Amino acid sequence: MRRVRVIPVLLLKGGGVYKSLKFRDYKYIGDPINAVKIFNEKEVDEIVVLDIEATVSQKGPDIKTISEIAGEAFMPLTYGGGITSLDQVKRILYEGVEKVAFNAAAWNTPGLIEETARKFGSSSVVVSIDVKADLFGRKRVYISNGSKNTRTTAIQFAKRMEDAGAGEILLNSIDRDGTFNGFDLELISEVAQAVSIPVVACGGAGSLADFRNAVKSGASAVAAGSYFVLQRPHRAVLITYPSEEQLLKGVYSEI
Amino acid sequence: MNEKIVILDYGVGNLVSIKNMLKSCGVDAVITNDPGMVAAGHKYILPGVGAFDYGISNLRSAPYFSILESRVLKEKVPVLGVCLGAQLLAGSSEEGALPGLNWIPGKVIRFGKERMSEHNLKVPHMGWSEVNIKKSSRLFEKMPDSPRFYFVHSYHWVCERWQDELITSVYGYEFTAGVERENIIGVQFHPEKSHKFGRKLYENFAKLY
Repeated sequence: MRRVRVIPVLLLKGGGVYKSLKFRDYKYIGDPINAVKIFNEKEVDEIVVLDIEATVSQKGPDIKTISEIAGEAFMPLTYGGGITSLDQVKRILYEGVEKVAFNAAAWNTPGLIEETARKFGSSSVVVSIDVKADLFGRKRVYISNGSKNTRTTAIQFAKRMEDAGAGEILLNSIDRDGTFNGFDLELISEVAQAVSIPVVACGGAGSLADFRNAVKSGASAVAAGSYFVLQRPHRAVLITYPSEEQLLKGVYSEI
Repeated sequence: MNEKIVILDYGVGNLVSIKNMLKSCGVDAVITNDPGMVAAGHKYILPGVGAFDYGISNLRSAPYFSILESRVLKEKVPVLGVCLGAQLLAGSSEEGALPGLNWIPGKVIRFGKERMSEHNLKVPHMGWSEVNIKKSSRLFEKMPDSPRFYFVHSYHWVCERWQDELITSVYGYEFTAGVERENIIGVQFHPEKSHKFGRKLYENFAKLY
């Protein structure tokens, strides 16, 4: 039997956890420490915490909050948001974070990816790639919480990041974000084929079948936001995670 | 039980996570590179993340290294290597040119690329895997069923003597995931990030050794 990592993604904004719909319409979920404690109890595989304001507000990473979250996370933790220097990387990893994720900085200063990989190892480096269809329907990479079009395809950017030393790609579809309509399997498949590092699928998960399909399309791990913190049909807040049995039956045994 | 656990600081790795996990099972530990504190330690945790040569050269040039060596080898003080810390216990590694500690005879090799691609697996091995316990050990006493742990590695142990192999796991093929010989133990995975399984392992190390 093969296990794949099933990863909740928490978005931080002003110290709270929020969840977006297509990177808009933010809904308040709760306190990050509390959310992490619940995920501890549910023995989640890993968590990703992304501060979606840190770059846009130019405040950079909030080390104190990161440290508090890391102190409660007895599972692997990835932090992303507003990281622009090697010094910040060092501080964040020291606090008990396993991996750092780069989005805007990966585009603006690819040298930081190289340096981080050289100093802390590729397995500590995640590049978060957000993809959205532009006005002409072409899928392009957007940075800074989806606000800026790089006019580059995910394949091109993922390859460049692999060469720079990234250990993992977190591949997110902005158009699917929060919709529960399933992953963009075509996107996952083309990026996973283009690089040899693990691709983590994100954006659109609504069921265990979606996780399965993402893995069959080439994802090495699957991630979701809304699926773990909101309940349909009214987007009511409910923090959940499938049990070991559900994962075994619904995901591992089928891949 | 009020024995001092020392997390060895040599500028590499996940020190705070280990301290946090020990704290969560009620065990106080100190992170230090002070020779006096190391000399007074009753148990050592040797953490580590990153490249072999960088790790071993940092450790050997740590101010406490000669004290640690004599505490472990002569006075038989228990030491638990974690991840890179476990690999440093070996005599050599394919990842580096420098010799390892050679506290347990064996070597560290890379996951074979061909064998990985046969199974469509990527290196590093990153994720949760169950382990098979190969010999009775206090480290795995009263562990919950099918213990699973979080791994991140591209290299793994190969023991020179089969008796030293403590646990194995499977990624493409069965590999040595932990070693134990007398007072010296190493585990490839990250117990500090492995929920109740990892907590139990540290608790066992703290209380049963």
